[in-house]
Amino acid sequence: MGVSRREFLAVSGALGAGLALSSLGIDTGPLNAYAEEISKIDKLKTARQSFSTCCYCAVGCGLICSTDEKTGKVINIEGDPEHPVNEGSLCAKGAGIFQTTAANPHRLTKVLYRAPGSDKWQSKTWDWAITQIARRIKKTRDAGFMTVNSKGQTVNRLENIAHMGSSNVDNEECWLITAMARSMGLVYIDHQARV
Amino acid sequence: MTNHWIDLQHSDVILIQGSNAAENHPISFKWVMRAKEKGAKVIHVDPRFTRTSARADFYTALRSGTDIAFFGGMIKYILDNGTYFREYVENYTNASFIVDEKFDFKDGVFSGYDPSTRKYDKATWSYMKDSSGVPERDPTLQNPHCVLQLLKEHYSRYDLETVSTTTGTPVEDLKKVYELYSSTGVKDRAGTVMYALGQTQHTTGVQNIRALCMIQLLLGNMGICGGGVNALRGEPNVQGSTDYAILSHILPGYLAAPRASMKSLDEYLQRLTPKSADARSANWWQNYPKYKVSLLKAWFGDKATKENDFGYSWVPKLDDGQDCTILNMVDRMYEKQIKGLFVVAQNPACSLPNANKVREALTNLEWFVNVNIFDNETASFWKGPGMDPKKIKTEVFLLPAAASVEKEGSQTNSGRWVHWKYAASKPPGDAVSTGDIVIRIVAKLKELYKKEKGAFPDPIVNLKWDYTDEKGRFSAEKVARAVNGQFLEDVTIADKSYKKGDHVPSFALLQADGKTSSGCWIIAGSFAQDGTNLMKRRGKNDPTGLGLYPEWSWAWPVNRRIIYNRASVDLNGQPYNPQRPLLAWKDGKWVGDVPDGPWPPMADLEKGKYPFIMKPDGVSSLFGPGLGDGPFPEHYEPLEGPLARNPFSGQLNSPIIKIFTKECDKFSGCDIRFPFVMTTYTSTEHWCTGGITRWQSWLTEAQPQVYVEISEELAKLREIKNGDQVKVESPRGALQCVAMVTPRFRPFNCGGQEVHQVGMTFNYGWLFPKDCGDSANLLTPTVGDGNTMTPEYKAFMVNVTKV
Repeated sequence: MGVSRREFLAVSGALGAGLALSSLGIDTGPLNAYAEEISKIDKLKTARQSFSTCCYCAVGCGLICSTDEKTGKVINIEGDPEHPVNEGSLCAKGAGIFQTTAANPHRLTKVLYRAPGSDKWQSKTWDWAITQIARRIKKTRDAGFMTVNSKGQTVNRLENIAHMGSSNVDNEECWLITAMARSMGLVYIDHQARV
Repeated sequence: MTNHWIDLQHSDVILIQGSNAAENHPISFKWVMRAKEKGAKVIHVDPRFTRTSARADFYTALRSGTDIAFFGGMIKYILDNGTYFREYVENYTNASFIVDEKFDFKDGVFSGYDPSTRKYDKATWSYMKDSSGVPERDPTLQNPHCVLQLLKEHYSRYDLETVSTTTGTPVEDLKKVYELYSSTGVKDRAGTVMYALGQTQHTTGVQNIRALCMIQLLLGNMGICGGGVNALRGEPNVQGSTDYAILSHILPGYLAAPRASMKSLDEYLQRLTPKSADARSANWWQNYPKYKVSLLKAWFGDKATKENDFGYSWVPKLDDGQDCTILNMVDRMYEKQIKGLFVVAQNPACSLPNANKVREALTNLEWFVNVNIFDNETASFWKGPGMDPKKIKTEVFLLPAAASVEKEGSQTNSGRWVHWKYAASKPPGDAVSTGDIVIRIVAKLKELYKKEKGAFPDPIVNLKWDYTDEKGRFSAEKVARAVNGQFLEDVTIADKSYKKGDHVPSFALLQADGKTSSGCWIIAGSFAQDGTNLMKRRGKNDPTGLGLYPEWSWAWPVNRRIIYNRASVDLNGQPYNPQRPLLAWKDGKWVGDVPDGPWPPMADLEKGKYPFIMKPDGVSSLFGPGLGDGPFPEHYEPLEGPLARNPFSGQLNSPIIKIFTKECDKFSGCDIRFPFVMTTYTSTEHWCTGGITRWQSWLTEAQPQVYVEISEELAKLREIKNGDQVKVESPRGALQCVAMVTPRFRPFNCGGQEVHQVGMTFNYGWLFPKDCGDSANLLTPTVGDGNTMTPEYKAFMVNVTKV
């Protein structure tokens, strides 16, 4: 996943366009200044590139994400021109996918908990949340587990906990969700594929 | 998709029905336009004129919920005019099979219906068999009880006038579409069908798709380059999440969820492994035991042994006939029977039908865990409209997740290509991947059940759970390897040796004796035997020149890019269309795409096999006895529709749909209070309920708020101007929004009755941005398809009044 040529192309592209326009008698001052700025900024020089896939519809367009090596933050996302399906293009949502990253101030960054009867969220730690969730699963499961049904057939299932979602996570996460749900005995399992 | 995105370019005629591909799958349309540039004709059929219609060669409208009438008319046209592909139909479908003589259809109902249970006894939906158990055939297709003749009889009622009365489509337009599309019923022309939720979200959704499949089979368009039935799936990994079975009725790889009457693994396998008496049928599902045992070995590792039935008793069993799908799930929550709920990256308070009911049901939970990258109307339901937080006892855990580009792992596109993606950055703050959250919850549960015991700890304690890296974090790569599967002992198969720990390079090598594991058999082969991750591939070789790109990522099954591809060749294995040779039998082997099985072509009477290897009879089904509502699709009106009677029969609605009877579920068809047909849809700039996109300023600037789209004629009738505030109301709820008056909707003429249709986007909710409106699903009915329970979002009745 090397970067080498892209930096060169980005800078020479801007300069090349400037030269072409100046030959037509157009004032290329601002463009030249912009090109100079680009050459000064080292964000392209320090960007690490990685391949990803768009998170919206199932066309699955290829993405190239550029990550600032100093800050570790994503600084740009664009269509992957090598990808045989999208050939570099993206729709309005895909082209805006940068706004799903940490750059979006609305992202959830803390574990939030809402207590019974409360009108607000409280911030919590992961350790607290995982322990509390596991405790509630166990209590509900132990109270509601059915080893046999009304006909006396062995069913080993649980009807008082349910799972919804998700077609919005990666395959490996889907597989873990399925395994978790079945190991708990869940049968009320469903997600976006049906709706 | 039976085919894949790039393949759309090879079509000669593209029928887009139940999809607005140009706006909702915009990059798919690149390939539609490429086909058009090469001379293909594009047809768009939709209640509303959209950007897809604007790019089509021919557009016509139909009333929402009448697709089977439209397709039934096409089937009749094809049979009446003999435009079907005779050789294909005779050899590759069950057209010649003789159906049980007691099979019957009268006034909208098939034989075997029991009105008290609203179910069919399907005994008569079967074939006559010879003494060895092979279905009887009449290759002349003349026997009055052969499938083709029954098909003719069934659709004889679907004449142009009755279809037009039902759909509201002018007769001339019907003829034009039928003529153009059926021009592909020859060997060197390909027709493809693109559909989305506009087909599936109906009480007859599954039969809508079956009707499409039947048309494709009659025209010989299945399994060929530029053909197929292509679902434009709408979520990034909905193909994968279905393959991996986050669903009540199946286990990973489309294995059935076990039922209470299947007491042992042996009984389960006996009931589910199909048998065929015909030696020429590959009957691939005969391998069911290999896939099931390999799954149990992946789940439970060394704890799954032959002696304990590989842990079969640890897997939960549904009662026979029990349905745990989402509408029933919400109903049980509403009845306070469900106490705890997980919701991962879904927004049911806006996305499920009858959202008022869903929101009320959430207040009945004791605890609720929501995983998402942004806050949403479901997580914050307790402070939503009409809620009093003081009275709501539900504890809510809102867990911050990593966004897609912040995670490593694979994602499957609609064409079944599984792509590996890489993490571009760490997630912000305390956010972690969903994988990490699941890993930690299960690890804690294991700890608690080991220490404190409790109800049936076995499946939790015995679950193999070693999917973390050296830092203790979720490792997508480790899970992916488990999903692919490994040899658990040294094994020799057909003179080839595999070592313990080798990756299983194809599902053909999986075993039923516990010597292999595979967490999802269809994914076996995503790693090479040596452990190379093939999903990471970026090779651009294209040996066929057809855009299959066999070295780019990896496609299930076994890297086959077009499934059923052995139906693209004649009995001698030569491509029907030599211009687009997907597959050919040359010098004793197949050349082209990965063939649907290695056997020689059918002309080899000894070793040749029928092409549809996943069907027990080896051929595709024009007569389909597998579904609950009939072997042939039949038109029924939506639960809420504008007509008082069904023009095709005395049966107004599907006889098998479940009717929910709570006060909150009330519905009312053909009711003067709710005179307009409503359908719901999305926009290019938003995605689903807007749970992710409404938090993005670039997108909300373009599509800021909910609106209802109405025709100029209806606007005049109701004295509504473009931009007016209106109230939209159904029997279940109401919301206020802006009216958008456009010529994109036109009133339908349904046999002299003027029917107005309106539409609404479902991209909004009360939480954010402020004043963007609320969900269109406050209006939608609690009813699902008779087979799948997929909700009928696309056709119901409303009123629209000026505020």
